[in-house]
Amino acid sequence: MEFVAQHPVLVVSLVKIAVLLFVVMTALAYLSWFERKVIAHIQSRWGPYYVGAHGLLQPLADGVKFLFKEDVTPPAADRFVYILAPFFALSLALTTLALIPFGPATVYIFGQPTQLVVANVDIGLLFLFAITSIGVYGVALAGWSSNSKYPLLGSLRSSAQMISYEVSLTLSVVGVLLLAGSFNFNEIIESQRGYYLHFFPRWNVIPQIVGFLCYLTAAVAETNRVPFDLPEAETELVAGFHTEYSSFKFAMFFMAEYGNMITVSCLATILFFGGWLSPFPDSWTWQQYIPGVALLCAAFYLAYDTVRNMRGIARIQLAVVTLIAAGLGLLCLHPAVMPIVQGPFWFLLKVVLILFFYVWTRGTLPRFRYDQLMSFGWKLLLPVSLVNLVATALWIVVKHP
Amino acid sequence: MSLPFILFFLFGLVAVAGAIMLIVAREPIHSALSLILVMVSLAALYLLLGAEFISAVQVIVYAGAVMVLFVFVIMLLNAGIEERTNYSQMAKYAGLPLAIFLLLALAHWMAHSAIGATVANGAGAPNQAAVSTRELSSMLFQKYLFPFEATSILILIAILGALVLAKRPE
Repeated sequence: MEFVAQHPVLVVSLVKIAVLLFVVMTALAYLSWFERKVIAHIQSRWGPYYVGAHGLLQPLADGVKFLFKEDVTPPAADRFVYILAPFFALSLALTTLALIPFGPATVYIFGQPTQLVVANVDIGLLFLFAITSIGVYGVALAGWSSNSKYPLLGSLRSSAQMISYEVSLTLSVVGVLLLAGSFNFNEIIESQRGYYLHFFPRWNVIPQIVGFLCYLTAAVAETNRVPFDLPEAETELVAGFHTEYSSFKFAMFFMAEYGNMITVSCLATILFFGGWLSPFPDSWTWQQYIPGVALLCAAFYLAYDTVRNMRGIARIQLAVVTLIAAGLGLLCLHPAVMPIVQGPFWFLLKVVLILFFYVWTRGTLPRFRYDQLMSFGWKLLLPVSLVNLVATALWIVVKHP
Repeated sequence: MSLPFILFFLFGLVAVAGAIMLIVAREPIHSALSLILVMVSLAALYLLLGAEFISAVQVIVYAGAVMVLFVFVIMLLNAGIEERTNYSQMAKYAGLPLAIFLLLALAHWMAHSAIGATVANGAGAPNQAAVSTRELSSMLFQKYLFPFEATSILILIAILGALVLAKRPE
C-alpha cells in the first residue's frame, strides 16, 4: 500500500487503461458491425439483421462463436512463435491507443485536473511510429511459424508492403511536424487553433492537403486494407498470413487489424483535422449543447424506429438502446459533465468519419496487382511526399526567416 | 525501492536473458526474436535515463527496420536449424575463465565508480540534464553539421556499393 501511495500516477494510469481497454474492445466489436452494415448498404443488402435489433448483438454472437471454435495448431508449426504472433499483433495495436489524447490537456473531473490520455509523452508521434514499426512482426511471424505455403507467401508480401509504405507514411507526416514544431500530440493540436476568415478552422489539412492524401493512402496500405489487401488476397493466397489460424487466435488478428484502423484514424484526426478542437469558433457558446442535443436527436429517431418498425424481442432491445442514448444525451447536458465531453465528442466524430471513409473505399475500389502496388508506393507516393516535405520546409523558411 | 530502480533491473535482466537466448537458440528466427527483445529492453533503459528521442529511434531503426530485414531474409531463405559442432577446447579452458574475470572486473569497477554509486543509491531516475529533441536536432544541424553530413554521405556510399556489388555481372 505504501508503494501505491508513493506512486499515485500508477493508480490513475491503471484506471485509465482499464477504462480505455473496455471502450476500445467494445469499439472494435462494433466497428466490425459498422463495416458490415455500411458495406451491405453500399451493395444494396441488409447486412447483419437477425441477432438483435438491426443486428446489434451480432458482435457478441461472433465473439462467442470464436471462443467455442476448435483451436487448431498445424503439427509442423513452430508452436511458440505461432502462439506469440497473434498476441504480438493485438498488444501492439492496443498499445498505440495509450498515446492518443481524446480531449484537451487538462480537464476537471470531480474537481481534479486530469488528462484524457493514458500517456502524454513529449515525443508522442515518434513513439507511435516506434510501436507501429514493430507491428510488422505480428504478420511476418504468423506466416513463417505456420510452416505452410500460402501463409509464408502472404506474410512475405505483407512485410514488403508494410516496410515500403511505412517510409511514405512517416515522410508525409513530417510536414505537419514542421508546422507544429513539436512531437507532442497536444501541442500539434493546439498549433491548429484559430480560424481563416474568422470561421473556417485552421486545420493542417488545408496547407498540408498533399501530405494528407499521401498519409491516407499510405495508412490504408499500412493496415492491409482494400485496395491494398494483397497479403490476404483470397483468389491467390487463400487468406494470406492467417490461413492456418482458427478460433480466438484468428479473432486476435481480426481485432488487431481493426485496432490499427482506429489508431491510424485517430492519428489522421490529430495531425490533419485538429484533434479534439471544435470546428466552430469559441465565441459560439451554443456549441456546448451539440453533443447532448445530437444524442437526444438520435434517441428520438431510435424511439420512432422502435415503435414503428420493430416487433417482439427486437423492440425491447432497441428500446434499451434508446434509453441509453437518451440517458447519455441528458448526462451530456448536465453542467458538470458538459465541459468534459466537448473534446472527446468532436474527436470521436472525426475518427468515425475517417473510419467511414475506410469502409467506403472497401466497398468501392478493386484490389491492386502486386507490381502496381510496389511501383505506386516507391515511384509515386514516396517522391510526392518528399516534394511535399521540401515545399513545406521552403515555405516555413520564407515565412519565418 | 523506487519504481525506476525496479524497472531498471527488470529491463536489464530481460536484456541479458535475451542476449543469452540469442546465442543458445538453434532456430535462426528465435535468435532474431531474442535480438529484438534485447533492443527493445535497451530502448526502455534509455527511456529510464530520460533519453526519449534516442529510445524511440532505437526501436524505430534497430527493432523496426534492421531486424525486420533480418527476419525477412531468414524467412525468404527458409534457413533451417543451426548445426552444432562440439565446442572448441579453447572456449572451455581459456574463454570461460576470461569471461568470468571480465565480469568480475566490470563489477568491481562499477561498484567503485560514480555510476555504481548512483545505481546503488536507488537511482536510475530520469536524468535532469537530459537533452530535449529540439536541442538535440539544433546541435546536430548547427554545431555538428559536418560530421553529421559526412556520416550520411558514408551511408550513401555504402548503399551505392551494395548496389554495384549486387549488379555486377558474373
